[in-house]
Amino acid sequence: MSIPVILFFLCALVAVAGAVLLILAREPIHSALALVLVMSTLAILYLLLGAPFIAAVQVIVYAGAVMVLFVFVIMLLNAGSEERTNISRLAKPIGLPLGFVLLLAFAYFLWRSPVGGAIANGTGSSNDAADTVKLSEMLFRQYLFPFEATSILILIAILGALVLARKES
Amino acid sequence: MSAVPISYYLVLSAILFGLGVVAVVFKRNIITIFMSIELMLNAVNLAFVAFARAHNQLDGLVFVFFVIVVAAAEAAVGLAIVIMLAQNRESLNVERVNLLKL
Repeated sequence: MSIPVILFFLCALVAVAGAVLLILAREPIHSALALVLVMSTLAILYLLLGAPFIAAVQVIVYAGAVMVLFVFVIMLLNAGSEERTNISRLAKPIGLPLGFVLLLAFAYFLWRSPVGGAIANGTGSSNDAADTVKLSEMLFRQYLFPFEATSILILIAILGALVLARKES
Repeated sequence: MSAVPISYYLVLSAILFGLGVVAVVFKRNIITIFMSIELMLNAVNLAFVAFARAHNQLDGLVFVFFVIVVAAAEAAVGLAIVIMLAQNRESLNVERVNLLKL
């Protein structure tokens, strides 16, 4: 096995373990840390796929900004451990098997999809920097209007968060 | 150079998405449910990047960029809603948010 394959399986294992930990953890802060783990390993996988810009954005925006926001809210609300309530009786026997059926179905169809197996990705190629240049050109030429629209979206999100979180006077 | 097949990435993406769905169904804490949604968005991003690499087109990467931006906006507004909910219901349990329940 070559080094990228070993790295992929290592990262995949850590990512899946983090996702399982997110489900099993009772304290929200533990779930948040598990999610940071998943996001960091995904950033490594983006590097492996030859997308360094997306990997950087993943670390800065997701693992950095968004998760800090989550941790802030967890601290602000003093969120203790999740209280166990008896959830709907159907959820335990039917929900979990259905979840795994969904998971297996996804995995099966993606495995069988025409883009699968045959194409081996050329990662770690020397055109990574050129890719980032091309990406920025696309972002500011072909996708300029959506790019500007997202800035409006961010502005609206800021205003919405302010209005929602404001104390009633 | 490397020979990790694209389908491996897609299967990993599917597993993460499935775990996210299971978490949304099973978790009772509204913040954790929110984090599970972020997990699903991350899984979709991985599929996007893998497909972009498979077809050797950068459009997929641009879409990942937009998904990340929208997810950040969604997290800001969603967490504001969570704060409102926690103030009004004095609990983070989604079972307590039952006005629309039969």
